[in-house]
Amino acid sequence: MSEQRPQAALPPPPEGDELPGEAGSTHDRRGLVAHALQALAAIVGREVLRFAQQKSRLVSALVRPVLWLAVFAAGLRDAVGGAVVAPYDAPVPYAVYILPGLVGMVMLFNGLQSSLSMVYDREMGLMRLLLTAPLPRWWLLFARLVATALLSLAQALAFVLVAAALGTAIPLAPLAWLHALLAAFAGALMLGAIGLLLSVHIRQLENFAGTMNFVIFPLYFLSTALYPLAKLQASGATWIWIVATANPFTHAVEWIRFALYGRDPGASPWIVLGTLAACFGLACWGYDPRRGFGALTQRGG
Amino acid sequence: MLTVRGLTQRYGSRVALAGLDLALGRGSFTALLGPNGAGKSTLFQVLAGLFAADEGEVEIAGHSLAHAPRLALAHLGIVFQAPSLDLDLSVARSLQFHCDLHGLPRDVAAARIAAGAARFGLQAELGRRARELSGGTRRKVELLRALLHRPGLLLMDEPTVGLDPQSRRDLVAFLRDEVRERGVSVLWATHLVDEAEGADRVLVLHQGRLLADGRPDAVRGALGGATLEEAFMAATRR
Repeated sequence: MSEQRPQAALPPPPEGDELPGEAGSTHDRRGLVAHALQALAAIVGREVLRFAQQKSRLVSALVRPVLWLAVFAAGLRDAVGGAVVAPYDAPVPYAVYILPGLVGMVMLFNGLQSSLSMVYDREMGLMRLLLTAPLPRWWLLFARLVATALLSLAQALAFVLVAAALGTAIPLAPLAWLHALLAAFAGALMLGAIGLLLSVHIRQLENFAGTMNFVIFPLYFLSTALYPLAKLQASGATWIWIVATANPFTHAVEWIRFALYGRDPGASPWIVLGTLAACFGLACWGYDPRRGFGALTQRGG
Repeated sequence: MLTVRGLTQRYGSRVALAGLDLALGRGSFTALLGPNGAGKSTLFQVLAGLFAADEGEVEIAGHSLAHAPRLALAHLGIVFQAPSLDLDLSVARSLQFHCDLHGLPRDVAAARIAAGAARFGLQAELGRRARELSGGTRRKVELLRALLHRPGLLLMDEPTVGLDPQSRRDLVAFLRDEVRERGVSVLWATHLVDEAEGADRVLVLHQGRLLADGRPDAVRGALGGATLEEAFMAATRR
């Protein structure tokens, strides 16, 4: 029925204008690392370009936390109740307290929205293009993750500038800022990895509303973004306190908060990095052609 | 260029591919003819590494898709059945993105994009966004993109869906040239018999099995029919 001929393996395709298989190897000459970095830059560049073309995304990314800062914080000015909570040395205005939480909110929405982007790419066939590139699949997914995290960080920084312009007190120690940037980037990676993992399971764009209700809001409201853990415990909301303590978003926010004030963030970095590793590993597993991605592709004739 | 051994894929009780064996040499235009649901898209998704079949092996240019996917995929070009262009990127950016994913140096990529655009008559479209292009032009861009890294094997999954007759003819003619001049091996999935008649070789796939394999006239003779279309219809109705 079919012709079977033994074949010698060909090197990777040529760079020049030669016929297939007749020239030297792209990888031999430039190296896999250079290829991988080129693909990373391309994937990040493409996501940045797409973001730049969607100006409403930047506006909505800023309007949401600014409204919280300007309206919610004004209404709950004394919500922290004059208590001193770590890492602050003295009672702080509520706007100062929720600033790291709102930074986290910006990153949370962008990170989870990346799952929407992944599902959109899958429906548009763009994901197939990405996943058939001659690079390790985990690297291609990691590149998407880095793109998401960099966009999250850029939006978070834009929000911090707006918050400063609105008069919110922000510590300015350079080393603390560097640490906070590192914490924010790690948190953005973690939230992007959660989005990546969700994209394995969201089959259609229409299901994104469910993601909002069942993932974003619980992660946000059951955390220390809006109120300190001590307040939850003191008010007797024990189960909320337990969930908030276990919530990785809490630790992303607390890492940023403690870093900003030059304090030891305790176990928060390890919880953030651990969650990042676990979610990214599971997402790679989900996109593995031997396991998960088959369920994501349209099967037919 | 392509070797498939014992490829089997089941979806529950339905068998999409039933122990498929196949080998394609270099420089051939092979039509994979099958009705809807024959297993063509499943085969292409497996060949593209999008998911692994339950059983069987695939080698592209001598590299195992399971054990050396990076090397195997480097030799593979694909035009998917569903359009896969980023509608918001310009044609030039989409093509450059593909070159970056394949690790082509920028100067080589620029030269190939320029030469390919000239060959396909797409120079005027390079700066336009994909959403501004007609279906036929988008297909041309996808084909040009699939060829930029000089693959030895080109998979075309029902690429003429939605194209007018002239665009279909142009696409087939261009690929015939590519086979002749560059030695590319083309596997063209279709359910349109007239597209298969000009192929060097025709594979008839039905219910995950190859019913016939050979030159178009030989397949017609083997399946029994006055024309290839009659033979195909009779064989896939059984």
